[in-house]
Amino acid sequence: MFDLTPELIARHGLTPDEYADIQRRLGRLPTFEELGVFSAMWSEHCAYKSSRIHFGLLPTTGPHVLLGPGENAGLVAIGPDRQGRQWAAAFKMESHNHPSFLEPVQGAATGVGGILRDVFTMGARPIAILNALRFGAPDHPRTRSLVAGVVQGVGGYGNCIGVPTVGGNCGFDACYDGNILVNAFALGVVPVDRVFKGAATGVGNPVIYVGSATGRDGLHGATMASAAFDATAKDQRPAVQVGDPFQEKLLLEACLELFAEDWLAGIQDMGAAGLTSSAFEMASRAGLGMSLNLNAVPMRAANLTAYELLLSESQERMLLVARRGCEDRVRAVCDKWGLESAVIGSVTDTGRMVCRFDGATVVDVPVAAVVDDAPSYDRPRRPPADLEERRRLDLSDLPDLADPGDLLALMAHPEIASKRWIWQQYDHTVRNGTKVGPGAADAAVIRVHENGARLALAVDCTERYGFADPWACGALAVAEAVRNLSCVGAEPLGLTDCLNFGNPEDPEVMWQLVEAMRGVGDAARALGAPVVSGNVSLYNATAGESILPTPMIAAVGRLPDGVQPVSSGFVSAGDEVWLLGSFRPSLGASRWLHQKRGRHAGRVAEVDLAAEAAVSALVRRLVGDGVARNAHDLSDGGLAVALAECAVAHADRPFAVACQLPEPAQSGGALRVTERLFGETGACVLIGALSGHRALIAQLAAEAGVSSMRLGVVGTQGDEFVLGPLVVPLVALAKAHAQGFEQVVLGGESGGRQPPSQH
Amino acid sequence: MIVAVLQFPGSNCDQDVVHALGTVLGADARLVWHGDAGLPTGTDLVVLPGGFSYGDYLRSGAIAARSPIMVPVRAFAESGGTVLGICNGFQVLTEAGMLPGALLRNAGVQFVCRDVCLRVESQASALTARLQPGSLHVMPVAHREGNYFADEPTLAALEATGRVLLRYADPLTGEASREANPNGSAHGIAAIANKKGNVIGMMPHPERAVDAELGPVGGRVMLEGLLTEVRRRN
Repeated sequence: MFDLTPELIARHGLTPDEYADIQRRLGRLPTFEELGVFSAMWSEHCAYKSSRIHFGLLPTTGPHVLLGPGENAGLVAIGPDRQGRQWAAAFKMESHNHPSFLEPVQGAATGVGGILRDVFTMGARPIAILNALRFGAPDHPRTRSLVAGVVQGVGGYGNCIGVPTVGGNCGFDACYDGNILVNAFALGVVPVDRVFKGAATGVGNPVIYVGSATGRDGLHGATMASAAFDATAKDQRPAVQVGDPFQEKLLLEACLELFAEDWLAGIQDMGAAGLTSSAFEMASRAGLGMSLNLNAVPMRAANLTAYELLLSESQERMLLVARRGCEDRVRAVCDKWGLESAVIGSVTDTGRMVCRFDGATVVDVPVAAVVDDAPSYDRPRRPPADLEERRRLDLSDLPDLADPGDLLALMAHPEIASKRWIWQQYDHTVRNGTKVGPGAADAAVIRVHENGARLALAVDCTERYGFADPWACGALAVAEAVRNLSCVGAEPLGLTDCLNFGNPEDPEVMWQLVEAMRGVGDAARALGAPVVSGNVSLYNATAGESILPTPMIAAVGRLPDGVQPVSSGFVSAGDEVWLLGSFRPSLGASRWLHQKRGRHAGRVAEVDLAAEAAVSALVRRLVGDGVARNAHDLSDGGLAVALAECAVAHADRPFAVACQLPEPAQSGGALRVTERLFGETGACVLIGALSGHRALIAQLAAEAGVSSMRLGVVGTQGDEFVLGPLVVPLVALAKAHAQGFEQVVLGGESGGRQPPSQH
Repeated sequence: MIVAVLQFPGSNCDQDVVHALGTVLGADARLVWHGDAGLPTGTDLVVLPGGFSYGDYLRSGAIAARSPIMVPVRAFAESGGTVLGICNGFQVLTEAGMLPGALLRNAGVQFVCRDVCLRVESQASALTARLQPGSLHVMPVAHREGNYFADEPTLAALEATGRVLLRYADPLTGEASREANPNGSAHGIAAIANKKGNVIGMMPHPERAVDAELGPVGGRVMLEGLLTEVRRRN
């Protein structure tokens, strides 16, 4: 048999206290299989044991919310179809950070596969994917292969299954050198009266396993995702799953065919912690028990043990609870799609999970003890000891010049440069519903065939801001995502978050997490965008170094009928350029400062959530009325970069620009030129408009309580970008933006690992 | 006008084709399962849609080319019926030997999804019969194996007999150029036909360019022309 040694328990990621708790609940020693079950279900990944106590910080209800967190995905209302049937969008974002660092292609691919299953489990057909990626420093030796592998993995999965990847973001920071982030978002649509849930209802109903046969891949992935990396990380490779998008496509179509019938009582995908988590969660939601015969599970490896069958994270598998008597019809649909299926058990009224294998009972535990009573910790937290030092901003050693090289270097930085290299590898037009694809506007826009609704999607987070102010980082992630929706004219419906943080047992990281959640919650309330689903990824740390707080936020909005989205970039020479919002930039935590110093310093400009709400509402109005001909918010690199991005959005036909450099809004000491050019701030948006609309814009802005300033004009002639004292040749600017990503990250023709300006 | 849209396991543009030909252009477009032994009675046009049939884990299209439905599709083509393969469908038709040549991995190695501009080279097919020679049409490509290859005698024969239907071209000059070619295909070929002109393969996706609300509609005029021509021929 086996010895329940302290080492074995520690290897299962359980603390001595947690193990004592397990014995108390069972009234006996756990079996080896039960130890594995508790290990997975009480992992940070499945139980949110460090974060759950703080979930109340996030608003989860609102006028459009049909279903908040708790199921596989959240649901918002997106209006009726022509027959009057109401439709919903199901969406969620999840991390697949640890597997993607170990094996970038498969890790990223299965991240996409997992989030797609979460969405179609709700009965929804997935229609869009977003991805948010964070890599180490551009010149770190592993960055190049990780970028290539992750992009191949994300693209390979979405392209094959036929769901368009319509947007995303990609950032770089040395804090991710040993722990990259791969956050995948998926959205699907479902009639409100056909939403499926993951509850194992109906005593006596059969439990059916559908999809790939079980192998040994991904054993203990959930536990891996709940521990920090050390030097032996590559030994964990067997814990990474292997994806098969073709199998998932079959599973998707088979499930959608089943959803159209009335044969299912519940359904859940087998994600982290495999069969264990899906069985326990389904039983828990129904308040019932389950009896499983593990020998009936389809297997693709010889001599699998009960322990492995319970905890394998083999991909592309679903657990169905059918209505009694429908199992043959369910299995016939699976057969049609060439999928394995097997009845592996039934729903019971015992409230216990009982698993048998080779004639023996290997698991017999109360469902509630595992799911509802999972540990929840109020971990100690405190601000970083050096917080004051982090917040100090001393620019006295930096020259205050309007240096064209600074703008060129920023435009070529892989975080700001065009991501065409990435998104050209993603099929973003399949399904014939992509109205605004990647790179064209501040948010993607897709049309829902089923009811004609146009949905806008954006995903954002600026982790630099979290270095000295995690509250601002969380708040601005929400604000920027909503601002981006506003720039295409869309009203927010809801948010999903993916909270990527370091080791929660470090009180400073725990403080960052709670501060950032407070920021997300405050901004979500202020901007009317509740959080309907999400994911927490902790232990993003390597060799004791935690990542910067990265509360990634994806926002989903809807364009009012008749509203046409606008691009980020300028559309016509002669248009006038307006800055909307109170201009109070700061170089604290800015991309420019990091570029100069090679490290983070200072605090982002003060966040004003009321101003964010006002600016967003004004921009939606101006886009909706057709006054704003393009719209782009200020973010990384400040006003100079935002304006330059508008100018060179189309690299082959850039627009000259002649604008004045505005004075900051606040009175008192004049800001440095570099601060006005490259300082970053929230609540500011650039638009282009016809000169005939001058008075109208000024009036609407005044009514909205938003400052407005006419900066200049989109050039009718000339080949220069002019912003006050900063003058840059347009061709160089367009080239830096178009080629920066490849040159810096992948080593372009110059072979350069340095920004072009430093050549 | 009955259009049979084949559905292989892993097809993912099947519904887009039904949407374009059925919902947008008004044909009776029906999904036909790969395991079926026959086409619907009265089928006027067969479309093999894009996707990753059988996962494309072997050569793209290789398994689909040997699936049961391809027996009646071959007979339909031999009796003069019009068959259009788009993207993966083109790959299936070459694997089935119904079109010459093969589609190799893109010259750039990576999957490529972007709008391309196509120049009409020949009217010798139902797809192009109603298009102006030399006219330009914009629509997306999305593939990793779209690099058309055939030996020189085959290419010469295709060119000489007007069976190169569409070529990638520069949208400003209308000239075929290296930059305009997204995948390195021989002679910039985007679409070809068989000798009779009734079996057509193309890498770009006309079904994704039929709706003005979403962008360029270069596919709409092409598919409209196809339906009109098939109707006339039948």
